[in-house]
Amino acid sequence: MTGRLSTLAAALVIARRDFGAILFSRAFFFFLLGPLFPVFVGAMAGGVGQRVQQSAELPTIGVAMESADVEAIVAAHDQLADRLGATLPTLIVLKRLDTHEPYDPVAAIGSGMTGVSAILSGSPAKPLLTGTREKIEAWRGPVSLLTAQALGRAPQSYPEVMTSAVTPPASSDRGSRLMTAQAAQTLLFLLTMLLAGMVLSNLVEEKANKIIEILAAAIPMDAVFFGKLFAMLAVSIVGIAFWGLFGGILVLAAGNVLPSLPSPAVGWPMFLALGVVYFACAYLLLGSVFLAIGSLATTVREVQTLSMPVTMMQLMVFFLASYAMTQPGSATELFAQAFPFSSPFAMLARAAQEPMLWTHAAAVAWQALWIVVLVRVGARLFRTRVMKSGPAKVKQPRERLWNMRKATA
Amino acid sequence: MKMDLGNWQVANGDRSQTDIPLAIEAPGLVKRFDDFTAVDGIDISVPQGAIYGILGPNGAGKTTTLRMLLGIVDPDEGERRVLGAQRPHDVAHAIGYLPEERGFYPAMKAYEAIAFVGALRGLPLAEGRKRGRELLEEHGLSYAAERQIRQMSKGMAQQVQILGTLVHEPRLVVFDEPFSGLDAINQGKLERMIRALADKGTTVIFSTHVIAHAERLCDEVAIIAGGKVPFAGAVDVARDRIRPQVRLETRQADGAWRAALPDDARKNGRFRNFSLPESGVEPLLRALIESEAGILTLSIERAGLHDTFVAIAGEAAARALEENGEMEQMR
Repeated sequence: MTGRLSTLAAALVIARRDFGAILFSRAFFFFLLGPLFPVFVGAMAGGVGQRVQQSAELPTIGVAMESADVEAIVAAHDQLADRLGATLPTLIVLKRLDTHEPYDPVAAIGSGMTGVSAILSGSPAKPLLTGTREKIEAWRGPVSLLTAQALGRAPQSYPEVMTSAVTPPASSDRGSRLMTAQAAQTLLFLLTMLLAGMVLSNLVEEKANKIIEILAAAIPMDAVFFGKLFAMLAVSIVGIAFWGLFGGILVLAAGNVLPSLPSPAVGWPMFLALGVVYFACAYLLLGSVFLAIGSLATTVREVQTLSMPVTMMQLMVFFLASYAMTQPGSATELFAQAFPFSSPFAMLARAAQEPMLWTHAAAVAWQALWIVVLVRVGARLFRTRVMKSGPAKVKQPRERLWNMRKATA
Repeated sequence: MKMDLGNWQVANGDRSQTDIPLAIEAPGLVKRFDDFTAVDGIDISVPQGAIYGILGPNGAGKTTTLRMLLGIVDPDEGERRVLGAQRPHDVAHAIGYLPEERGFYPAMKAYEAIAFVGALRGLPLAEGRKRGRELLEEHGLSYAAERQIRQMSKGMAQQVQILGTLVHEPRLVVFDEPFSGLDAINQGKLERMIRALADKGTTVIFSTHVIAHAERLCDEVAIIAGGKVPFAGAVDVARDRIRPQVRLETRQADGAWRAALPDDARKNGRFRNFSLPESGVEPLLRALIESEAGILTLSIERAGLHDTFVAIAGEAAARALEENGEMEQMR
């Protein structure tokens, strides 16, 4: 004879089984690789975009003047290049004209053979800049300075400018922390979506294996649901630890080369801790909804159909939290922080921008309450709608999808 | 166990009067799914240590009844008390359950699967693994201990699942259609296992649509048809409700002697079958002899559970039961 299991102990039995099964599965390998895909795709897209932009907008001015003028312009460019930096476009010599030789810059640009964005023609005393309106607006100033330098009319000496670089103060610059908040929210969103999908397919698989009735007879369905959520959470923490370690090594190896985010208002250690807590809450909230869906669906197709609106809703919640972040103190921000599904995202953004900590304790308690409510509702739905037996009525697919209650015992 | 032979239904009140400790006491169970009533006011009371059969065709409400008794679904009406507890999950550690739809995690090894089911019932995992190996060895399956469920035949996986049901040494074992999917040899082994469990004092409940299993094994049965229980009680009581069956063979095919036979007499080849008249065998014999029937053979047999089922649940339910059985054999 054995002793009665508490709900927590029963949930741990389920969690332990699921954790072991998932950790040694191919799905976990792909989960570990998961974060690489957005990075890889982002890098590819960025690279291609940059290439396209580079080829589309060459920051180069072609010069077509009489030979002496060309020499003067090139010399002036060399003199100014150090001081103006990127403001001064690259210069290439298109043509050294003979005296009074005619040149048509409009035709040259129109031919598309020059490989430049604008052409400087005429003479240093009477320069003509030919190009698109945007290029003319952007380069009119540097070109006039360039021609002035070529004519010897520019200042001969420049006073040395002393510089003093500062970082924005940690307590007041909410704007600069927006980037940190945004990055954290995006990471949180990607991870929760990835995991919630996994927990969904896990339950459907369980139903396909027909073991669910053994579980339902032995322990409360709440424990089954909690166990599954805990297992996936533990799996995700293993994944996060793996990537955290990898990221840490990368940061250490790269030193100051990597771009750094502004420090969050609550400080990095507390922000990271809150990140883990809010990740757990966001995942458990979404996971409990997906579990309820998984418990109602009988096929992968039904799961896809039923989970689509939830996924869309989750996207909207993410957009809400992102928008609310830019509206500090507004009703939108308050709503995003109070609405259970957007609360983890909104509160993490708040942690990046505001140093107050008690609000986080309240938010975590609020979110935990909703997790319990949702799991209980999911378990109840499962028991009332799914655990039936016997010959089912012949139904239309649509009817079967939305009304799975017609089975007989 | 003294029963009122005049009552079809054994009420819970009758049980308490006889002071039989009950493993399950569930009066008036009702379960509806929308507008369909799957179980319609069933009374079940199972004595401790008994082998109790729930007999009925597919769709009669057997599985829903078992699920209500186990707490998988809640009844819409009625009460249930399982091993003294109103909430079956409170005594889940003392219950073993084999569902009709068998299934396991395909990647689990046999001994681990047994241990996992034990763990769900509160048995420590290490102890479960040890007992799992022992049980497999006891039942001649030690060679399959390290084999994954997906590598097993359906019958072997089912045997492993049955062992999982028993690993935590439950006081109450519930089998839903346990013989389904097993070959004749393994059906025999399961029958012996059920008897051995009852000998140790374990209460065994199983549902079946094969009357022969219930007849061979059960102390008591509940006959379910259309979500109702027209009879619940001892098998002997059920059989006693049907008058003994007479099988008569005569030299004369026809004659005045036929007037001595009751109205329900049916010709079956050379024989005539009918229920023994209430007046007994002597007046019948006398009438047959006096009308010169030329009796060749006359046998009186106690009614079988099948006849009882037909009489209680009706011809339609009996036909459904037979069809289920034939389908099962074809599988």
